[in-house]
Amino acid sequence: MVSVPGASMRESFAAAATELFIGHDRVAIVLAEISAQYFERAVAHDRSRAVNVGIAEAAMVGVAAGFAMEGFHPIAHSLGPFMAERPFEQLKLDFGYQGLGGTFVGSGASYDYASEGATHHAAGDVGAMLTIPRMQVLSPGHGTEVESLLRATFDNAAPTYVRTSLATNDEPHDVAPGRLEVLRRGSGATVVTFGPTLSRTVAASEGSDVTIAYATSVAPFDDEGLRALVGDRPHVIAVEPWYEGTTAPVLTRALGDLPTRYSFIGVPRRFVHEYGTWPEIDADVGLDVAGIRSRIAALSLTEHPSP
Amino acid sequence: MHATAGGLEHVRALMSHATGDEKHEESSTSTVDALWVLYDRVLHIDPARPDAEDRDRFILSKGHGPVAHYAILAAKGFFPTEWLDGFMEHGSRLGSHPDRTLVPGVEASTGSLGHGLSMAVGVAQALRAKGLRDQRVVVLCGDGELNEGSNWEAIALAPHLSLANLTLLLIDNHSSSIVTDSWTDKLDSFGWSVREVDGHDLDGLERALAPVQDVPLAVVADVPEGEW
Repeated sequence: MVSVPGASMRESFAAAATELFIGHDRVAIVLAEISAQYFERAVAHDRSRAVNVGIAEAAMVGVAAGFAMEGFHPIAHSLGPFMAERPFEQLKLDFGYQGLGGTFVGSGASYDYASEGATHHAAGDVGAMLTIPRMQVLSPGHGTEVESLLRATFDNAAPTYVRTSLATNDEPHDVAPGRLEVLRRGSGATVVTFGPTLSRTVAASEGSDVTIAYATSVAPFDDEGLRALVGDRPHVIAVEPWYEGTTAPVLTRALGDLPTRYSFIGVPRRFVHEYGTWPEIDADVGLDVAGIRSRIAALSLTEHPSP
Repeated sequence: MHATAGGLEHVRALMSHATGDEKHEESSTSTVDALWVLYDRVLHIDPARPDAEDRDRFILSKGHGPVAHYAILAAKGFFPTEWLDGFMEHGSRLGSHPDRTLVPGVEASTGSLGHGLSMAVGVAQALRAKGLRDQRVVVLCGDGELNEGSNWEAIALAPHLSLANLTLLLIDNHSSSIVTDSWTDKLDSFGWSVREVDGHDLDGLERALAPVQDVPLAVVADVPEGEW
């Protein structure tokens, strides 16, 4: 592992991607200006497969697809909105439809860059990526997990979106694609926390008799793991760092034949017009510890409807 | 060795087997001469080994009107000519936009305009990264397709990367609703080496498609309205 303690997810990604690039001559790195300063070592090693296309995200994904057509494992990267949303059709067609593999790493999740305004927000990225067949969607909660997931998937022959954020959990977990980790078992609802919402959800659940599970892998999702956890009449509460309800299709597929109650705690589906910092916006929208605590408490008090 | 003119006439006859895409018919008839020159005189692609590492690469970026491309691939033996009879039908491998997973010799699944040129830049750069110096990448775009802004990202990028192994074959059939001044001047200003040619002149197309050094090549093939 090359992750440095205290490094941001973005720095951890860049360090791990550079190591993969140097260690594998079929890894290509394609950038659109963003984070170019982190990849000077890769460019110095082999500039023929470390390309900065300029501020041109459609070309970034198209060029990455060209590398993939020639048998390379491309890693493309930009800020979340410019990785997942602006070149969406290139991701859908050039990679999804054409059956190619590549890794797409977005930095700046939801309103991480709150002071920049909503032009730089991307709370819809995961929802968009889930519409592309074969797209794997990963949401690490710590820099060390970024490296683990990148190493596990860079040559998986599938388009793979990795969502990194400024927010992190207190400590890393042993994560893998398609794995759900159980951190606490209770007799009440099953709380599924995604990516960097884990630590705050654990804190918010103090005193609540709930099960807590941690997911960094949205697609593939650990369907069997969740089924084994929830019992016969489950109540699942998803805590999502993106638009609230994004994972509804994922959870309903996992538990489709069970009379399940689903609740979602996530980013409200509106544009955020407030500036500031991401923790301030978290507090505004109820995704800080206090907000999550009050939502879980309220949801746990209500009855499970009869099937 | 060039095939006889009869080869192209055979291709035109094969094109008549693939019917039903009248809205894109001009896209085929305006590109068939240039495509024939590519496959008969320029590109080195073995129909028996369409995925060979040492092949040249061709991407039909616009994807519209692929009948000419299909007919030439069939005439050259990439797949049976009988496939053309099922064009656009349920169960056929040949749709009105090509699918690389279904058709031998088709490098890219295109049809949504503005994708192929960036992919071609990536392929050209990847060939360089693999040390394949003798192979070239040719991408065909239409003048209407160049309305799409994504193309201009790639047009700016290719000279920056000095991709001399990349050729843009621009079929200017004057279908763009946005009237532009000279394509040659535009592409030249981005750093491309540009040649103009009559899109029906087989020998002229062959000469225009000869490789250049150091910078990417653009061949602007003029096919006036009325000569589709």
